[in-house]
Amino acid sequence: MPFYVAPEQQMKDKADYARKGIARGRSAVVLQYEGGILMVADNMSRTLHKISELYDRIGFAAVGRYPEFENLRLMGVRFADVRGYQYDRRDVSGRQLANIYAQTLGTVFSESLKPWEVEIVVAEVGDTSDEDEIYRITFDGSIVDEQGFVAVGGSSEHVSNVLKDRFAAEASLSAALNAATHALARENGEERELEASNLEVAILERARQHRKFRRIHGRRLTRLIEEGKANGRTASGGEASEGEASGTATADEADE
Amino acid sequence: MFEGFEGGRLPAAFMSAGTSSFTEFLSSVSPEMLPGHKLPPGGGTEHLTPDATTIVALTFPGGVLVAGDRRATQGNVIANRDMEKVFRTDEFSAVAIAGSAGIGIELARLYQVELEHYEKMEGRSLSLEGKANKLSQMVRGNLGMAMQGFVVVPLLVGYDENTELGRVFSYDAVGGRYEEHRYHSIGSGSVFAKGSIKKLYREDLDQTGATKVALESLYDAADDDSATGGPDLHRQIFPLVDVITEDGHRRLSTEEVARLATEVVEGRAVNPDGPTVSLD
Repeated sequence: MPFYVAPEQQMKDKADYARKGIARGRSAVVLQYEGGILMVADNMSRTLHKISELYDRIGFAAVGRYPEFENLRLMGVRFADVRGYQYDRRDVSGRQLANIYAQTLGTVFSESLKPWEVEIVVAEVGDTSDEDEIYRITFDGSIVDEQGFVAVGGSSEHVSNVLKDRFAAEASLSAALNAATHALARENGEERELEASNLEVAILERARQHRKFRRIHGRRLTRLIEEGKANGRTASGGEASEGEASGTATADEADE
Repeated sequence: MFEGFEGGRLPAAFMSAGTSSFTEFLSSVSPEMLPGHKLPPGGGTEHLTPDATTIVALTFPGGVLVAGDRRATQGNVIANRDMEKVFRTDEFSAVAIAGSAGIGIELARLYQVELEHYEKMEGRSLSLEGKANKLSQMVRGNLGMAMQGFVVVPLLVGYDENTELGRVFSYDAVGGRYEEHRYHSIGSGSVFAKGSIKKLYREDLDQTGATKVALESLYDAADDDSATGGPDLHRQIFPLVDVITEDGHRRLSTEEVARLATEVVEGRAVNPDGPTVSLD
């Protein structure tokens, strides 16, 4: 006689399983900066990307099991390219992609025995910062429209709490990168030093022609990291920097 | 959109490891979207789409440029005065088409998606040879249409990042691929354009010089071929010029081309046959 397991229990078990799987890996953050959207992931590999391009204005960031989110990435690229070829390049939107991902993950979660241990972000850069869109899609297919910044991964709550204090939509690229690495370095409550070789960084650059997605690595990345650190220090002289950063944020808002 | 798009899930093909080629993928999920999928019966259908005409391409130290006139003709009628037949296909390549316009534009569009798709799937772009071979297969795929009169031939130009040289590839209707050296021209006015470039081309041309040679040659093509359009100063319609160097692809602005094209036209007012070459 087969065991009876209550649906609630089944879902809970699957969710716990997925959460545990995701928590084993490192986090990623996606946030706005003055020139577009910045995507940063803690990733040792230079070839197995956690961040990639989906379409002209749309980027993809993921954490969890590589083969599973890689599958989702390929699906997104195919979907976007077919859509763009069928209609027009402008007719491919981040919202469509986020929906497809949500539906796919939702179906996998409810129908198959093993849920996918992934959490992904779809970000679309608009003509102005008001039109930027950032969606977070979790393993069970829930979709959240995030404002300004988002962290995904095992300890995303912790990371996003740290990021919240330093986030400013009008920050320069180096300042935004500094905020992002600061938050990533404090995941799981620990405090690490993240170097260029640990980071995978890409931007969706608003002012760029055609395809907005660009990876930042090598010397440029090292320079940006140093610039961000130097500015963080001069702005405030050490630990008081957080108060200073939120001060500039309000000033920027007032300007708008 | 797709047959299997039910219950919010895309067909399984979208998720399979499968191919990095867009054309191949599309032929498995939605073959009806590919050009030339269903051939119409019978021949004598050439009149259905206008003809795109003259294209010239030439290399210069550190790059390559491709330029096309703007005219499309249908028999003795000018079907379009400001047609675009030069297409940016990715950061380091561009394609221009001559022949059946409707088919050619679609081919260029598909090719552009193909290159970008590969780049996104694989995380790196195709080599220039890879791009040239892929285009060859796509032209061959159009053979059925070509035999019914819809002949289209592309001209591929690209900057080869390995050798740091601009390169030009021409094609025939069955997909034969030929690498051209220094310069080449395709389309109805190509005979005249090529003759013109032959006399003006020098190895040490800079980008502006090469642009000027291209514009002179298109003028010569327009001068002798009724299907090629010259610079239209009144309507402000000028040839399209795409330049590719190590900095990537750039389409010259209308103002830039207008300035050079006006010089060419003014030069012809004094000397209708254009610049001459000295014999020593």
